[in-house]
Amino acid sequence: MAKPPKFDVPELGDYTVTPPVMPDAMSHSQPFVAKATHQEAIGFPGELIDNWQEVAIEKLGELTGKYRGLQVYLDSCVKCGACTDKCHYFLGTGDPKNMPVARQDLLRKVYRRYYTVAGKYFPKLVGAEDLTKDVLDDWYKYYHQCSQCRRCSVYCPYGIDTAEVSMAAREIMDSVGLGQKYCNEIIGKVHKIGNNLGLPEAALADTLEGLEEDVLEDDGVPVKFPLDVKGADVLLVTPSADFFAEPHIDGLIGYAKVFHQAGLSWTVSSHASEAANFGLFIGNYDNMRKVALRIREAALELGVKRIVFGECGHAWRVGYSFLNTLAGPFDFLDSNYPVPQHIVEVTHDLIQQGRIKLDAEANDDKRVTFHDSCNVARASRMGSKAGGQFVLPREIIKASCNHFYEMPANTVEEATFCCGGGGGLLTDDLVELRVKGAMPRMQALKEVHDQHNITHMAAICAICKSQFSKVLPYYGFEMDQIISVHQLVGDALIMDTEH
Amino acid sequence: MGTVISVVLYLTLGVFVVGTLRRMMRYASTPAPLKIPTTPAPTTRTGVVFRLGREVVFFESLFKASKWTWLFGWLFHAGLFFVLLAHLRYFTEPVWWWVAILAPFSPYFGFMMLIGLAGLLARRFLVDRVRYISAPSDYLMLVFLMAIAGSGLLMRFELHADIVQVKQFALGLLAFEFAGLSFNPVLILHLLLVAVLMFIFPFSKLLHAPGLFFSPSRNQVDNPRERRHIARWAKSLESHSSGKSSGNSRG
Repeated sequence: MAKPPKFDVPELGDYTVTPPVMPDAMSHSQPFVAKATHQEAIGFPGELIDNWQEVAIEKLGELTGKYRGLQVYLDSCVKCGACTDKCHYFLGTGDPKNMPVARQDLLRKVYRRYYTVAGKYFPKLVGAEDLTKDVLDDWYKYYHQCSQCRRCSVYCPYGIDTAEVSMAAREIMDSVGLGQKYCNEIIGKVHKIGNNLGLPEAALADTLEGLEEDVLEDDGVPVKFPLDVKGADVLLVTPSADFFAEPHIDGLIGYAKVFHQAGLSWTVSSHASEAANFGLFIGNYDNMRKVALRIREAALELGVKRIVFGECGHAWRVGYSFLNTLAGPFDFLDSNYPVPQHIVEVTHDLIQQGRIKLDAEANDDKRVTFHDSCNVARASRMGSKAGGQFVLPREIIKASCNHFYEMPANTVEEATFCCGGGGGLLTDDLVELRVKGAMPRMQALKEVHDQHNITHMAAICAICKSQFSKVLPYYGFEMDQIISVHQLVGDALIMDTEH
Repeated sequence: MGTVISVVLYLTLGVFVVGTLRRMMRYASTPAPLKIPTTPAPTTRTGVVFRLGREVVFFESLFKASKWTWLFGWLFHAGLFFVLLAHLRYFTEPVWWWVAILAPFSPYFGFMMLIGLAGLLARRFLVDRVRYISAPSDYLMLVFLMAIAGSGLLMRFELHADIVQVKQFALGLLAFEFAGLSFNPVLILHLLLVAVLMFIFPFSKLLHAPGLFFSPSRNQVDNPRERRHIARWAKSLESHSSGKSSGNSRG
């Protein structure tokens, strides 16, 4: 595949403008196709099968019988247009197939053709179409221009969630042998090794040991980063990027300091050394379940009492919303704590109980805003009240630093914009899409930056952190302006040296 | 005339009821294997009833999305709702007291429908994004509904139908007695359009009406950590044995 062409970075104005429709503006964008080895390792045909059309249509029928959401969503859309200006990829590219309804229609028109009376007999009238190679190509391109962030579903009068449609389309493509390299290679690594990076146990042990030395040197506190410790109270499941990537690693140090200071015994597992679950992205229940079961297995093997998730957006969706379904019941854990808990919930509780103290002045050099990660905002919760996913992280940030400012109201909380790299798109073969898709968030950042001289944007998602590190420079910001919420916590935490 | 129209109305009503019920049964029997409410979502069943109630009555999500679409969409639907209620005067004898109060206002409701539909149609032509996603059936549906509302209003103000006869016809329909209906082209058109609308309902995007109530992103309770939610087909995948009994299951 050719290198992606050079592209123009969207210009940031005073506010976000909805672009005019520009057909095919992103029709050149598609990710690398999975190789046979990646496909076969996770149970799919190695390459596009001969009777792909027949199998794809059959699979579509199977999925509408397995997922009520998909069935209802394919039937219910009235083309009202409410979602058309809500997707960050549409706002950043102007390609009409990036409007959520048009993206859904790529699948819906095929559904109508083969599964509805109207589409069988009056295809032109209702916009039904045969499944041709061109349609399949469009699926591959445009279902990989959706980060499954669910922003459209907030605004749809029927709650139609393009993420569900997108997942179904990817599942269909996988089942006929047309998979995406980035996701499928990674899922294979998790099944084999336990994390997205393919980081083996020895390397993980090494990294964690190195972190202990770093923290001891920097803070003079013997904070431990335990691995595979049987009988620990807490199993920390965190995105593997936390073990090596910047700025993620400072977040991991933050969690460790919190555990240390609160006197909680904890451990990381080499068997479940990954919080992210890419099975979600490809809409494949079996793979998602298999990845999730590693966490159950690790919890049983280590005999922990609680499971805590690190900062990771889609992981928290799978953790909060699906883990109990996929790998439960968790009746062998301490029933005084929800399963799983988010590290933000843990830290928040500890602050409330006075078990840890923060000195916000430690972050006086920073002026901070907060990016609500899409899947935390719209597909999960924290705490006991609806909307806790917005409140808890903000309270932690405000306890950790004195200068906190919000981005514009139509870009935060449930209206938050995806970073542009979620849902299995965080790969270099999609850089143009990622940069353009980040535009609405960058616009909002610029607005708060212009008003309040923001120095940093904090986030609670590994994908957001990696994505922003990459795209911030395209918009005139510095790559290190994105930080982990728990970096702020770690820096503000008052540590007892003789703990 | 009355007999032909009666038969058409019975048949299309039959298609409407059976077709829509079958569709709803399909929705109900298709499992929702994962918890996918769009959050923040209610944490109780009662909360979900209120959430759906706000969607049905106020079009809450659409209001967040686009004020124009919301305004026109709401005008049309609210107008339709009250027009339908006002039509009960043809089917009740004596007329229910609240229907009698509503009935004089029905032209206003009819105009609400027309204004709403015209606005929605204009949007389809004028907004490039909405134009892009519109199929012929999307325009037709609006024109069609405008014709129903328009023919109704026309009878109210110009080409009056014989109200007494229409009422006998309507009551006849309820009693399965074919009452006569003298030929009034606008009335016949009005009734036939309604018949067609009932006929296409289960095969078209009009399914959005029952669909909303089955939409997992709106009707699910946000309680996945408290309660294990598992679909039948997903249950059958389970082979690990450690779940059921607690205590001794530690590995």
